[in-house]
Amino acid sequence: MDSSVLTAIDVDHLQVSYGSQQVLHGVSLSVAPGEFIAILGSSGCGKTTLLRTIAGFQKASGGAIRLFGRDVVRTPPEKRGMAMMFQSYALWPHMTVLGNVGYGLRLRGVPKTEIRGRVATILTMLNLSGLEDRKVTNLSGGQRQRVALGRALAIEPEILLLDEPLSNLDAKVRIQLRSEIKALQNRLKFTAIHVTHDREEAMTMADRIVVMDAGQIAQIGAPKEVYDSPNSPFVASFMGAENTVSLDIRPSGSGVEVRVGEGSAVSYNGEVPIGPVTAYFRDDVASLVDPDARIDGSIVLPGNITQRTYPGGHYRYVVAIGDRHFTVTDDRYHELDRPVGLRLPLASLHLFSNTQTTGGNHA
Amino acid sequence: MSGEAPLLPARAEPLTLVDPASDVPRRSASSGTRARFWSLGSTGLKIVGLAIFAFLLFGPLANLALWSVAERWYTPFKLPVSYGMRYWEVVFRPTGDAMASLATSISIACLTVLVALTVSVPAGYALARLRLPWRTALMILFLLPQAFPSVAIYINVARVFYSLGLTGTITGVVLVHAAHGLVYSVWIAAAAFAAIDRDLELAARNIGASPLRTFFTVTLPLAAPGIMASAIFVFLESLDEFTGTFFVGVPQVTTLPLLLYNASMGGNYQIASITALILLVPSVLFMIVIERFLKADVLSKVGQ
Repeated sequence: MDSSVLTAIDVDHLQVSYGSQQVLHGVSLSVAPGEFIAILGSSGCGKTTLLRTIAGFQKASGGAIRLFGRDVVRTPPEKRGMAMMFQSYALWPHMTVLGNVGYGLRLRGVPKTEIRGRVATILTMLNLSGLEDRKVTNLSGGQRQRVALGRALAIEPEILLLDEPLSNLDAKVRIQLRSEIKALQNRLKFTAIHVTHDREEAMTMADRIVVMDAGQIAQIGAPKEVYDSPNSPFVASFMGAENTVSLDIRPSGSGVEVRVGEGSAVSYNGEVPIGPVTAYFRDDVASLVDPDARIDGSIVLPGNITQRTYPGGHYRYVVAIGDRHFTVTDDRYHELDRPVGLRLPLASLHLFSNTQTTGGNHA
Repeated sequence: MSGEAPLLPARAEPLTLVDPASDVPRRSASSGTRARFWSLGSTGLKIVGLAIFAFLLFGPLANLALWSVAERWYTPFKLPVSYGMRYWEVVFRPTGDAMASLATSISIACLTVLVALTVSVPAGYALARLRLPWRTALMILFLLPQAFPSVAIYINVARVFYSLGLTGTITGVVLVHAAHGLVYSVWIAAAAFAAIDRDLELAARNIGASPLRTFFTVTLPLAAPGIMASAIFVFLESLDEFTGTFFVGVPQVTTLPLLLYNASMGGNYQIASITALILLVPSVLFMIVIERFLKADVLSKVGQ
């Protein structure tokens, strides 16, 4: 981050504990104004705790949170000047849509007629016009979450926190709301932190992705960077590269020789770690070739086709290699129990040395 | 009948296909009559059960109603000798004791509700939301007045109140009723607050509401149905309360149950019956209201 730009949110070695159990182990993160950050992680990794601590719902046991340079660790939530969308929507069932969306304005002493006008503008923006006097209990899930978004945006917050707001919605509404939130963020220029466990949601919405693991940040970067060059086996498998193959890499001449088990060596001259490594790869980088094909820059694993399905557009095969099974898609039709080669281009594999747990190298 | 006739063989056919033995149709027919007999029998039992229940419930009530319109009714006769509304007129006479004690009863009940809510709303919120170290002990504390024989308690309360100058005053009676009603109001209020999703309060705090503002605009309105139900319970308890009023309030404070007691002790069954019927009205009305107010999500949290 450029230090001359005032950061919107600066989380500095934040620690949070529930009783004796530490949930966040010194998390540091800085977010530029107008940036859209997605915090991605499996459940229990501390992502929601991080968001709730930023919002002020959870006490920090150490570290600092600065909003535009102001330390807010001891500030109650109502004085932090941010707004949040909850996974449960958290709409007040005893109020109408107008009451919910206009609540923040009423707190700020805005006159009644002006509240009605401003709420109407927000509802139009969210495709909810005319629903002012509807009870929130009479709305669909998507409409409720839009009202929740409207309630958060009505106070024109500089920071919007999103706590898995889309996870209770069905797929179609989710995708629609995703792009609506993103479009609104482009227009209104608020800073957003979005907590999610949905990889695609994080990838499509965020400027930068923060991958969290066990109360720590595993990697921060642009979606493409995190997807293409994960810095650890955890991030690699979390981003979908869940298949693994053990390789042996030895220096040879100007490049290296890559060997799989007892198979023949393939020469390669990309930058890779030396020694025994584990390669992580996604299903879509593998392809089917002849079992004895030799292709530069790719390793070919001989195996057998054990299953074939046709999900539409292409065939999906399960290939058995030794006692391991890999899923591959291919446009061509192959007979079952046929010996094939599984081709893995070395450039698309995420290679991590077995001798050290971190500092993996992307081939 | 003519429409059903062709159906019968069609229904029997699959049976004979499954098991061609000749006695199958006959066996199924006899088991059919047995089933019909049992279903008739169980219906009969249900009717008898309901009748007993209705008699137990409505028998005394019918007796009350009968007494309230009986002008003369003495021993050899199974039914009143003469009917009339004379005693109703006596009870509802503006200068009568009954109207005065009804007014006393209702004002004591209203004040009791006020006192109970003043304690139970903050106490219920604290029990539901704050991490109190003695939470269970506190909950049981409110239950204690119900745990011991009430006469023993009220004799001592009367003694203490006497030294404080509270016996025979409305204040004294209200305090006794409130202590008795607190168990309902605190437990139900705690359940009502516990049933509210914390995120609803946090959402208000998040967009700028102070804790107090959040309580009055979000928490309290959402807990209102439960608190309303607890208020009704306290009101009804106070209206019906006899022992405490007897020990603390007599002779200056006469509530409806005390009037009923005096009337029936004096052999004036008509006045006693009419008073009892009057006491029944708010109970029945409020029970219907409570049934609407107390939702399952609140009930499930009672005593937790």
